[in-house]
Parts: sequence; structure tokens; C-alpha cells
Amino acid sequence: MPKLPTPPIPPRFLPAPPRPGTQRGRPRTPVEKGLEAGKTVVDWVDERTSLSGAVRWTMFRKVPKGTNWFYTLGSATMFAFLNQAITGVFLAMYYRPDAAGGAYESVRHITNDVFLGQFVRGMHKWGSSVMVILVFLHMGRTFFFGAYKYPRELNWVIGVVLLILTMLMSFTGYLLPFDQRSYWATIVGVNINGTGPLVGPYLSDFLRGGPEFTATTLSRFYAIHMLLVPGLIIAMIGAHLYLVAKLGTSAPPWMRPKPEPELTEEAL
Amino acid sequence: MAPTRRPSKSKYTADRGIPGAFEGETVTRRRFMTGTAHGAGALMTMGIALPALAFAVGPIFKNVSLPWQPVGPPDIFPEDNYIPAIITIAPGIGEAGKSTVYIRKRNPRVDTTPPNQYNRWVAISTRCAHLGCPVRWVPAAERFICPCHGGVYDLQGMRVGGPPPRPLDRFYTRLNQDSGLVEVGRRYSVNSELRIFSPRDPGEPLDGLGQYAYPSRPSVRAL
Repeated sequence: MPKLPTPPIPPRFLPAPPRPGTQRGRPRTPVEKGLEAGKTVVDWVDERTSLSGAVRWTMFRKVPKGTNWFYTLGSATMFAFLNQAITGVFLAMYYRPDAAGGAYESVRHITNDVFLGQFVRGMHKWGSSVMVILVFLHMGRTFFFGAYKYPRELNWVIGVVLLILTMLMSFTGYLLPFDQRSYWATIVGVNINGTGPLVGPYLSDFLRGGPEFTATTLSRFYAIHMLLVPGLIIAMIGAHLYLVAKLGTSAPPWMRPKPEPELTEEAL
Repeated sequence: MAPTRRPSKSKYTADRGIPGAFEGETVTRRRFMTGTAHGAGALMTMGIALPALAFAVGPIFKNVSLPWQPVGPPDIFPEDNYIPAIITIAPGIGEAGKSTVYIRKRNPRVDTTPPNQYNRWVAISTRCAHLGCPVRWVPAAERFICPCHGGVYDLQGMRVGGPPPRPLDRFYTRLNQDSGLVEVGRRYSVNSELRIFSPRDPGEPLDGLGQYAYPSRPSVRAL
């Protein structure tokens, strides 16, 4: 198997040439020694993990000509997910999945009593809509730029799985405030799942944890929302990003390849 | 036949010159060890994964039944109008586990199904047969109306408009001789000819192929 060329290090990350009168690599004054400390730590870790190669492989990639702002939609989606993950972890510190009224009461407590609670809950609530919108914009960019074509089909498939998981997050998260809107939206949502022939009724029973909406339903949705699906999403984002780094991004469809003049058919 | 790159080996370990081979032995000790280790690992993984999976899907197979619940004395229910009553369909979660049932006395001019001890009062579920929103009885219009997607039902609970695929569900009713109160029992579903089926979820038609496409579940059965 041919060895791929080592990705280049941008000039600004290369070590500066030594100043006149100083000896290279030998800090003398305490200030210089202090400045070297970070480098020493990084070197220590890198010597034992070889992480710098992976970092260079991921970060210092070549991107095609014509790359534009539309290419940031994927990163934007990921940052929306990170926002959901961080705010979600902190909301879980106050939330109680108690169907007998405790769930609604704990959400009311977060919104009205906890310091900055309204802000964190608002970030989570509005961030979820932002994430769904960004997922679709990212999907549209990929579709209209033809970026799903060979060799990136698998990344499209993973992206569709991520879309489904995002919708599942929206569905399960909608129940958690446990107000009238949550309750009836979940009833309707579960019953829509149930309209699938043959498997639908069993799927409904699985989602509710029984034939009726009970306390089990809420804790089930909570576990799916905060443990099961986030884990799957993180794994899928990892695979998605690995393939992006491995395959590179595609050029916009309006960019045409410009062959070297000596390689054109006329010259040959 | 394509030429193989390596000469085919004998299946007997003795012929392959493996030290300490027994006669007739075909599995090397290394292969046996590998297989045993993989098999033991698979068994242990299954030992953890299968109970966890069964734990998650268990409620599908668990039958849930509710007791008979009193809703009032027999003489408060008229023949041509519904009286609402509150019953508990999911115990232990307070208000969220309660549901409204509309009850009237059986009216022989309207209810043509043969009478028995469980339909002397007609108890209609408020769960819309479309997607499960709560319908309300509007006496002036003599219609059940769903607020979500516009399902409309008549006095019998039969669909007269909107998206519902079947009539409203019903409950078995009986007269408790000891207390003298009307009681509401299990829910059941009906098709457009008021034939009785095991309780189905909303959105599942029961006419024609629907009764086979949406089978009865082990978690709820009719009486």
C-alpha cells in the first residue's frame, strides 16, 4: 500500500529561527524556560501517544478551490449539538422524570428559581430547533453540491442516520417538560408510530412501556433522550468526521478541473 | 478449476506434522483454544445483553388489566345524552393517569347490538380514533368533536367526518349489585359495524384488512 505524503505544517506553526546570539533549543533565562514549558508538556504527551500525526491529519487538510461559507453548515450543526449536550448535562442536574407532577414542577423550578435557569433551558429549547434547521440546511448543501456522490455515499448514509437520531431526540425531548402540550404531542406521536402495519402496535407498546401512557413512559423517554441517543449521535459524528477527514471535501459543482497545460490532450 | 496458490493441507493434524497430534484429530489445539475463548466471550456478552434487551422490551408482553371502576348510580344516565365520568387508566401518576368516559343508558331505538349484562350502559372512550386526542361531547350538535385534527363522531361514536379510521372505543359496563353503582371495566375497540375487537391504539383501522394489519397485542386484551 502506498504511503500517503505527510500533511504539511503551515509556516506559522514551524519553529522560528533562533535570534542572533541565542543558542537554538536552549532556553537560558527563566522567562524563556517558562515559555518552553508548554512545548515540553506537548512533546512529553506526543512522545508517548504520537497524537500530533493524528492532529495534523485531521486539521491541516487541503481543501478544494471554491470552498465557501456553505461548507460551514456541518460544523454549525456540530456546534448546535455541542450546545445541546452541554446545556442538557446541566439541565439534568435539576430535572426529575416524575410523571406524578414532579417533572413539570422541576422544569418550573429551573425556569423560575434557578440562577440563569431560564437562560440554560432556553438555550436547550431553542438550540434544538436551530439544530434541526441546520441539519436540513447541511443536507441541502450536500445534495445540491453533489457532495453525496462517489466516494462519499457512506457519509451520506451516516448523515441520514444522524438526521433520524436528531428527530428522535426532538421527539423524546418534547415530552420532558411534561405540560399539556408535551403530553398530547407524545400521545399523538406514539400513535403515529403505531400506524405502521404489523409492527406499529408493538412499537407503540415499546415506546410507552405498556398499553397506556404511564410513569414508565416518561422515564423511558428520558433515558432514550439523555443516554441512548446522545451516545449513538456522538459515535455517528465521529464516523462522519473521520470520513470527511479521510475523503476530503468536494469542490462546488461550478468549479471545473483545470489540468496542467503540459498534460492537456493537445500538448500530448 | 482455478489453480490454488497453496497446496491443500490434509485435514488431519497428524498428517500436517504438528507435534503431539492424535490420530484422527482434525482440530488443532490452537484452533480449539481460540474457538473456546470466542465462544465463552460470546456467551458472557449474551448473558449481559439479552437480559438487558428483554428488560427493555418486556412491557410489550406483560398483560395490564384495570379493575372495575364505579362511575355513579344507574338513574343519572339518560338515554339520549352523555354524562362524563372520570376513570383512572394509569395508576400512580395522579391527574396524568386519568381519563374521561362518556356514559349513557342503552337506547334500544339506537343500539341495535344484542343486549347483554355488559352493555346496559354505553361507555364511550374520549380517545379519538385518529391519533388519540381527547374528544368532547357537544350536546347541541349531538356529536363528539376532536380538537386536534377535526374528527367528528355521532351519538353511537361512529365516524361522521374527519380522519378517524374507525369509531370511538368503548368500555364494558355492569351494575354492581352490592354497591348499586354502574361500573366501567375494560376498553374494547369496534369496527364500523360495531363488531367487538381487542383494544387497539388510535390510528388503526379495523375494517377489511385493517384487523389483520394491526393485530391484537399481548399487553391488552378484551374481556
